[in-house]
Amino acid sequence: MLSLIIGECGIFTIFVVAYIYYIGKDLSGPTPQQVLDIPIFNTVCLLSSSVTIWLAERQIDRGKMKSFAALWGLTIALGIIFIVGTGFEWHKLIFQDGLTIRTNLFGTTFYSLVGLHATHVVVGLIGLILILLFTLTGHVNETHSERIQVWALYWHFVDAVWIVVFTVVYIVGR
Amino acid sequence: MADQTLPIAGALDLTPIHHRPRPLVEWLHDWVITVDHKRLGILYIVYSLFFLLVAGVEAICIRIQLAVPNNHFLPPEVFNRFFTMHGTTMVFLVGMPILFGFANYLVPLMIGARDMAFPRLNAFSFWLTAFGGILLYYSFIGGFGLYGMGNAPDVGWFAYAPLTEKPFSVGHPVDYWALALILSGFGTLGTAINIIATTLSMRCRGMTLLRMPLFVWLMLVVSGMTLVTITPLTAAQVMLLIDRYLGGHFFDAQAGGSAVIWAHFFWIFGHPEVYILVLPAFAIENEIVPVFARKAIFGYPAMVAASVGIAFVSMGVWAHHMFTIGMTSVSNTFFVLSTMLVSIPTGIKIFNWLATLWGGKIRFTVPMLFAIAFLFQFLIAGLTGIMLAVAPWDWQLHNSYFLIAHFHYVLVGAIVMNIFAGIYYWYPKATGRMLNETLGKWHFWIFVIGFHITFDTMHFVGFLGMPRQIYTYEPDRGWGHLNMIISIGGFIQAIAVLIFAWNLIYSYRKGKAAGNDPWDAWTLEWSTPSPPPVYNFAADPVVNSRRPLWDLKHPEDPDWKYEA
Repeated sequence: MLSLIIGECGIFTIFVVAYIYYIGKDLSGPTPQQVLDIPIFNTVCLLSSSVTIWLAERQIDRGKMKSFAALWGLTIALGIIFIVGTGFEWHKLIFQDGLTIRTNLFGTTFYSLVGLHATHVVVGLIGLILILLFTLTGHVNETHSERIQVWALYWHFVDAVWIVVFTVVYIVGR
Repeated sequence: MADQTLPIAGALDLTPIHHRPRPLVEWLHDWVITVDHKRLGILYIVYSLFFLLVAGVEAICIRIQLAVPNNHFLPPEVFNRFFTMHGTTMVFLVGMPILFGFANYLVPLMIGARDMAFPRLNAFSFWLTAFGGILLYYSFIGGFGLYGMGNAPDVGWFAYAPLTEKPFSVGHPVDYWALALILSGFGTLGTAINIIATTLSMRCRGMTLLRMPLFVWLMLVVSGMTLVTITPLTAAQVMLLIDRYLGGHFFDAQAGGSAVIWAHFFWIFGHPEVYILVLPAFAIENEIVPVFARKAIFGYPAMVAASVGIAFVSMGVWAHHMFTIGMTSVSNTFFVLSTMLVSIPTGIKIFNWLATLWGGKIRFTVPMLFAIAFLFQFLIAGLTGIMLAVAPWDWQLHNSYFLIAHFHYVLVGAIVMNIFAGIYYWYPKATGRMLNETLGKWHFWIFVIGFHITFDTMHFVGFLGMPRQIYTYEPDRGWGHLNMIISIGGFIQAIAVLIFAWNLIYSYRKGKAAGNDPWDAWTLEWSTPSPPPVYNFAADPVVNSRRPLWDLKHPEDPDWKYEA
């Protein structure tokens, strides 16, 4: 999983570099300053899901399956809030501000980078939900703790990437 | 037998499974569903040898077209498709799969493991890679069919934007190129992850990191590089597809995008890729030279350090492919210096091999001949490399045949030579039969002569100003005779490769039996039967030094006494 994450870092690096390179190179609007709002609530949700999944890992280590399932479910809920939030953000951008992937360079790089990250969140969520289903049907116990941790590592990675994406898109880029 | 419990003698068929006559379908089915690292390794190698022949045919067609001025052997569109496909095939469908094939077959055997860490991921990666290759070649018959060679990519193997953008490349050639390589890229990534996990967690008892055969070390380094170099290519190709299908502007200069950034992204992948290909060749060299010089490898720790050094330095040299693209003189200088830095660790390696040969009792078998030819040719390739690394020199010769000659010296003179060496060396292990030495020597000498006729001459047409990727040329340019010589050399190499192919088939049926250890070698793979059983080692091996079989054969003077 660590190797996979290193590889994924390569992909993200290229998209982030492209984004940074094209900041301010637009020939036509809308520009990031005009349309982007800082998604603080979303960010808080996603980052706190890293905390809840970490607590869940500790619960499974101690064999407390009920509280594990609860914390795991909470992680999923936070992840879903993030995705839905991104959905609303994109809806506003597309229908109010008229920014699509073909509008200008900002649109191209923004949707690619944020979309790439959102794809990873969705993949992470699918894994999380599968594990929750297996937990609820009683197929997961403390002997699987290591495997759970592998997936949790992926989730931490997705969150960590968001910090980079957030910094680049919403702070540096604006 | 005390534990004989069968009620009736002969009620069960006790002949071992592989001795029973079996229908072809069942045999094929076994190969398709296999998760055994040895079978997958062989599949990888057979797959890439097939594409080696295909790419060879393309190369020969290119050479026929260029042999005389104003030739029309191929239509121009087909010529473009052939040189694109020749490059793409050799790098992605021959170079990488064959080297991963060697890694797949040998890494678990060398570290005393039963299989790779993730056998099913291994099979999945192979089939992804294979599907990528088939998709790429389907482009020849896709679209408008074979007329004009279908939709095969025609944009050069580096696919520079903006030529690849929708307005300039209609139809689907670029899409085939991007999708097929994204697919096989994921396959490669899976294998790389697998090799890293295997070497780090599956080593047998006593096999510390510094006792691993250098082959395994290099494969570990290569896999690490693969993780960080294939992914940028995948990302760049995704951007290209976004541009082409969703109307994005990444490489669209009219909307403020930049074509230069594609070149950067491509070469961030492209240059380390060269080292991904050449390090496995070094790996093979590292195993063959000591065994046939009858000496332990000279400077083992220096070799490991040099390999890791190459891996790191190679990440910072990509823009030396772009001196003519118009960078600032500061970045030109930086990339000149970083490129020259690569020659330090590679020089260390060459001197270590020479020191291993020095005073050794050299046996000139076919693998060793190829390994020695590698040393010469790689040295020359390195020297022309340093010449091209100097930016002003590069301005003069960029994209000329001098460049083509340089990288073919690396790719053919070094990598293909060592792939041949590796096949001659490990074929007995994989099949249980030796390759025929006489045919092998014919193959070697004809190939080396053909190689030098072709690629030495190419340097000179480069000096005379012949650019790469041109369809034909006027007679008064004075390139005609030299091009004819180059093409003749190409045919000589083709004859050698045919001898090799015949040798592979002939020796599989009639070759003499190899036994466990035909070369009197020292690494663990030679301690099991040839071909190795599915479980590899009957008992888990225990290792005390870098040359476990030496210790076994010479208990009076074992290696571990001398290794710290």
